[in-house]
Amino acid sequence: MAETTTETTKNAPLLAADGTPLRRKLEQALFVSRMRALGLVAPLLAFILAVFIIPIVYFMIQGMHNPVYADRMPNSTPILQAWDGQSPVTEEMAEAMVKDLILTRDNREIGRVATRVNQEFSGARSMFTSSARKAERMEPPFLEALVDADKDWGKQEVWRAIKVAATSWTPAYYLAALDFQYAGDGSITRQDAERRIHVALFVRTMEISLIVTISCFVLGYPVAWLLAELPVRKANLLMILVLLPFWTSILVRTTAWIAMLQGQGVMNDLMVFTGLNQVILQISMLFNDYKDLTVSSLCGIDVNAALGSIPAAVEKFGASPPGTLTRCGAEILAAFEQGGESGARSHAEALAASAQRWGYGDERFSMIYNKLGTIIAMTHILLPFMILPLYSVMKTVPPSYLRAAKSMGATNWTAFWRVYFPQTIPGIGAGALLVFILAIGYYITPALVGGQDGQMISNFIDFHMRRSLNWSLAAALGGVLLIIVLFFYWLYDRIVGIDNMKLG
Amino acid sequence: MSGLPPYASTGERVWYYSFRVICGLIFIFLITPILVVLPLSFNAQPYFSFTNEMLTFQEGAFSTRWYWDILENGMANPSATEGWWADVWQNAQWVRAVKNSFFIGIFATLIATALGTLAAIGLSRSEMPFSKVIMSILISPMIIPLVITGASMFSFFSLDFNPANWVVEGDQPPEDRWQLAFTYGGLILAHAALGTPFVIITVTATLASFDQSLVRAAQSMGADPVRTFFKVQMPLILPGVISGALFAFITSFDEVVVVLQMATAEQRTIPRQMFSGIREQISPTILAVATILVIISIALLATVEMLRRRSEKLRGMSPQ
Repeated sequence: MAETTTETTKNAPLLAADGTPLRRKLEQALFVSRMRALGLVAPLLAFILAVFIIPIVYFMIQGMHNPVYADRMPNSTPILQAWDGQSPVTEEMAEAMVKDLILTRDNREIGRVATRVNQEFSGARSMFTSSARKAERMEPPFLEALVDADKDWGKQEVWRAIKVAATSWTPAYYLAALDFQYAGDGSITRQDAERRIHVALFVRTMEISLIVTISCFVLGYPVAWLLAELPVRKANLLMILVLLPFWTSILVRTTAWIAMLQGQGVMNDLMVFTGLNQVILQISMLFNDYKDLTVSSLCGIDVNAALGSIPAAVEKFGASPPGTLTRCGAEILAAFEQGGESGARSHAEALAASAQRWGYGDERFSMIYNKLGTIIAMTHILLPFMILPLYSVMKTVPPSYLRAAKSMGATNWTAFWRVYFPQTIPGIGAGALLVFILAIGYYITPALVGGQDGQMISNFIDFHMRRSLNWSLAAALGGVLLIIVLFFYWLYDRIVGIDNMKLG
Repeated sequence: MSGLPPYASTGERVWYYSFRVICGLIFIFLITPILVVLPLSFNAQPYFSFTNEMLTFQEGAFSTRWYWDILENGMANPSATEGWWADVWQNAQWVRAVKNSFFIGIFATLIATALGTLAAIGLSRSEMPFSKVIMSILISPMIIPLVITGASMFSFFSLDFNPANWVVEGDQPPEDRWQLAFTYGGLILAHAALGTPFVIITVTATLASFDQSLVRAAQSMGADPVRTFFKVQMPLILPGVISGALFAFITSFDEVVVVLQMATAEQRTIPRQMFSGIREQISPTILAVATILVIISIALLATVEMLRRRSEKLRGMSPQ
């Protein structure tokens, strides 16, 4: 409709029924329909802005703005901000500080102020709370009175730390998130080597995400290919095996992996039963020292402990929290309850004998509560996000191309690598970026099966939100993570296009 | 690859079968963890692993005690014979979690589906201005790490929204705090925001093959926009809307990170209860709950698949 009108308006302006030029009429009509479309989107846009975008912006600002000190310590804040951080601490500063201490003690806000300063200088919490108790009875000169209460008040770096806390708008948190230190005199230095944890954490998060992405690609590509090649009926049936995990709760799948991978879990049982654990052990002993291996002979330890001293072993098993008891331990405990010490001993001996009779040791691998467990469980959870985009791209590649390549003399490998593979690259890009974006912010799985070395940046953010209550640092870490994610989101939009995102 | 031609060489045969074996192993990797949960949840012993008795199918190795535990856990008086059901309904932790999950999930789904469907219709109109930017904003709840979402919403929802407290004059006592954190309302709003991207994606995909001339046809016959929407467009895109709603529901039903930050102990949902269950006391009750959740997801998957086929059929009917 639009094209026909623009062609005819080239010569004389056509007029609509009411006398206005047709072009303007068309513009008006287009404007109205644009507004109508916008009106349909507006409610959701307003909703998302109000409950999603604005909270995120507000949170990110908290990473730069922390008014806890300035709001509660009105006397000392302006003086500290005016202080250059180098000249000696004045009596005026001390007097303002004592006034503020009395004030915050009266309105019971001293705890929050102390916590805030403690983030800059550890030890400040007790210094503030104890000095505030004595502040009522302090007499001039106040500086000496403060030093009497706590000798840390005499140190200039303590006052510099308080100055940092008194500055509401501060780059300190974002710098801390990148392992830099922001001092009261405005200097920026790198964090001490042993306290540089955040950058290493970001690197580890990226590393785990990358490994997960690659594993998903390696596992997802053949499956997607098979699904794309099979007749529709069969493919739909097999697709259920991909979609069922996709629809199953992440918590369920993480729980399932705990049952699969734990010391007494299905995988370890299976490996012990088939003797595979011995094979793996022998192979890894070629490369490693036995002590370095991540092998825990859980059952072996239990049996040996029991054979050494039954009462001590039973006491140990009985004291372990419910659910963490190994099966050997539980069996020995049950035997002890039924047949006393001698019964437990004979049961332990039977267990040891059965292990020997089978010719297998009971070396079990710790595959969970570490990085390996996180990677396995995350790969399983994110695999459908790789398979589905790959599948939808592979469906569009005509099978005749491969046949044509082969008929012209290409080997199977050449036909795949030169003809088929290049056409699936858009699917690889879409799947890999989606998996990577989702992996980098993952929280639940690392929190539940990550142990110590499987923790990711999200777990740290949550730790600062809910445990250490340092919201500003959480916001700064979140800000860095957000920038990384937004970069990959932008890349995804450039390469794949957001409107090409598909589900199921 | 489909079918092996009779002239295939030995190498091709080997590759054909080994490829299938590899794919079979990957399918096993995908499905086994989910299936393993089922038999383990009937373990008579309080372990997360198969006992020897289970493997040899001995009597007494299997029991449904963990399914009963779902009902009993947290009851004031599990051995009472009177008022048993009322006790379960009010006190049992898992039952409360189920109630919370459905309450939050249903309202979040309603909001997400209503707003998301409208927005998807707007976004699929060709005259929509800034559609790319708006689309990327509307999809972002799906992309941004949940921890950031949860922390942001929690810190923002902790603010006092009561205008009477914004300007404090003198020693006037503060009015009631109006905050969304630790309320059902806050959780519903948060989950609705997280669910909308899924509604938009599914409904837009359905609309892509929707024949816009049907709308013009309806209007040319004198139907007003509202009537056109409900009588012509809505029935045709309904399968997409329902599967979008199911996606939104499962998103809320499965979400734990935001709940972890924003909910009180009273507002725990099923995944939140599982989360602390895994962390604090690993008991096979979790496996029993997991089994029930797997059955629910099978039902949801079947529904979505059915809707997809129906939608394809409907599309086949519309003129191209």
